[in-house]
Amino acid sequence: MVRLFGPLVGLFFAVALLWSFGNGAYNAVTQPTPPTAEALFHMHPKEVKFSFDSAFGTFDKAQLQRGFKVYQEVCSNCHSLKQVAFRDLGQLGYKEAEVKAIAKNWGNKAQTFDPKTGDRGERANLPSDHFPPVYYAGQGVPPDLSLIAKARHGGAQYIHSLLTGYTDQVGYKNEAGEELLKKFPDAKTPDGLYFNPYFANLNLAMPAPLASDGQVTYSDGTQATVDQMAMDVSAFLTWTAEPKLDKRKQTGWPVLGFLLAATVLAYLAKRNVWADKH
Amino acid sequence: MSFPWANDYKPTNPLMQWVDQRLPLPRFVYNAVGAGYPVPRNLNYMWNFGILAGFALVLQIVTGVVLAMHYAANDKVAFDSVEHIMRDVNWGWMLRYAHANGASMFFIVVYTHIFRGFFYSSYKAPREMIWLLGVVIFLLMMATAFMGYVLPWGQMSFWGAKVITGLFSAIPLVGPPLQEWLLGGFAPDNAALNRFFSLHFLLPFVILGVIILHVWALHIPGSSNPTGVEVKQESDTVPFHPYYTAKDGFGLGIFLMLYCALVFFAPNLLGHPDNYIPANPLSTPAHIVPEWYFWPFYAILRAFTSDFMFIPAKLMGVLAMFSAILVWFFLPWLDTSPVRSGHYRPMFRKFFYLLVVDVLVLGYCGGAPAAEPFVMISQIASMYYFLHFLVILPIVSSIETPQPLPFSITEAVLGKDESATLSPATPAIA
Repeated sequence: MVRLFGPLVGLFFAVALLWSFGNGAYNAVTQPTPPTAEALFHMHPKEVKFSFDSAFGTFDKAQLQRGFKVYQEVCSNCHSLKQVAFRDLGQLGYKEAEVKAIAKNWGNKAQTFDPKTGDRGERANLPSDHFPPVYYAGQGVPPDLSLIAKARHGGAQYIHSLLTGYTDQVGYKNEAGEELLKKFPDAKTPDGLYFNPYFANLNLAMPAPLASDGQVTYSDGTQATVDQMAMDVSAFLTWTAEPKLDKRKQTGWPVLGFLLAATVLAYLAKRNVWADKH
Repeated sequence: MSFPWANDYKPTNPLMQWVDQRLPLPRFVYNAVGAGYPVPRNLNYMWNFGILAGFALVLQIVTGVVLAMHYAANDKVAFDSVEHIMRDVNWGWMLRYAHANGASMFFIVVYTHIFRGFFYSSYKAPREMIWLLGVVIFLLMMATAFMGYVLPWGQMSFWGAKVITGLFSAIPLVGPPLQEWLLGGFAPDNAALNRFFSLHFLLPFVILGVIILHVWALHIPGSSNPTGVEVKQESDTVPFHPYYTAKDGFGLGIFLMLYCALVFFAPNLLGHPDNYIPANPLSTPAHIVPEWYFWPFYAILRAFTSDFMFIPAKLMGVLAMFSAILVWFFLPWLDTSPVRSGHYRPMFRKFFYLLVVDVLVLGYCGGAPAAEPFVMISQIASMYYFLHFLVILPIVSSIETPQPLPFSITEAVLGKDESATLSPATPAIA
């Protein structure tokens, strides 16, 4: 029975697939799909190096502090960071008093609700609070940035490229030398959106947030170029997405070392046990 | 059943004697994975993967039970509770990465185990029941993994749940109500998340039960081996312990190193970035893809792009995707060659390697966007997949001339031995 029906079922699926294939091939020839503007002009992130890239790499705390400052002064106007608590900033090297001060002076206050009176109000943030929500009334929905570095292909490199990738759409050419608006006249960025070839569909609602050098004043004397600020905030957002990165790698090496030793011993034990059987 | 020369359990420790007389559990373990189980002496490293799969299951259960202590199955808080595990639970990040990558390792190991079965025809008589139970385990694993991926309630969780449960809506007449019944709503919601969590906790223990049957069925005829020649004499076997416990120990070390390299140095390599975006029913991801281990089947599902003889393309895709696994159930009766091992089947061997490449191509296409040329490639590859099992295997097994088999396992390992010359009339194919 199996040998009778099996080949019939197999041929049934094969013919159905052939039919789909034929239709697909016919359509591909008669109505070829033209390439989209996104396919030809979307750019992969720039290759930049971060201190935490390699298997031995760790966060650079000074950079994370600078990146936090960029978040505080620029990004936090529109973007929340709700998975992170103020207490977590201690991991960036801030002292307890500094963390308290940052929480207390944070512009967005913690919301309170008194269940007895029904009164709503606000109070200063405490280190135990998470970063408060940010309400944004303008166009677009600024995403929460807590996990953004893990939620995008390319991670920190992508964030850096996006922040430094804003450019004039008029006259923009890709690496193949094709001019976007000549090839796709309809791809003109709509009003209220901004052109950025590193963004998946080339236009996003966020204007270039890092507009000029010196926009943020670093307390450690680092020159705040746009590229530097973009690097620092990308590193900071990698930390917010993966705060245990350092601990993870530091744990990984002894674990692998132990396993290597144990595996060598297991191999020798195996050879020993099998010595008389080969 | 066991071979007559199997070691008998004779505990020397009085405590073990006492236990053995009242509950022969030590004897049971001794006969199952101890010195009381005679195993062919020529097993290669491909025979490590059964134990490794069992180990991966235990790993998943242990990490999963602890994760469940911190996770909250509610669509309002599920995503945040996973982040709570990652940030605030002691070693929570390690548990979650171990569990997520443990699923991938489980599938790597099980796919190797299955393809070992394909190459050495481990499904042939008298081992059909082991194979059938194995396919059941694989189906249960797929269901468990799918539901586990929904629990973090990220974008891919939500849309994956929507697409996969949507497959049932392709069934004529009862499809749409069936999908609503499965989800407990018209779209994935709190009801779906809760039942998926409940089933995701339950199914691993069902898998454990079927594994016990799988191993029980294995112990009736005993393990197969790379020559495919059955055990004939005591010199063909060695006791499982210490020979294969030692060999499996080494294999386990290699497995753990690969696994820990993933967990500690590339924990998100096999995941999709979109699952770090909270589920949003109003925003469809550009490309909805399942986890990598479903890609070959996902490619088969998407390969059917045209209606065929009144059957809608979607229904064809669903039928084909399920058939792609169900066909494994019939393998023992499709491949009728009396020779088991691919080593002695030159024609079969070529098609086997073609199948490996074919499944890899399907996997690549399943992970790629549903656009040309990937759709056309997956149509060709799916065609080969079905033809391989349902047409090529039966034909090959009837027209192929196998190479001569060794007389016994001992002969295959040590060369011709004296006992072999005593029975020169024995045909090569037993």
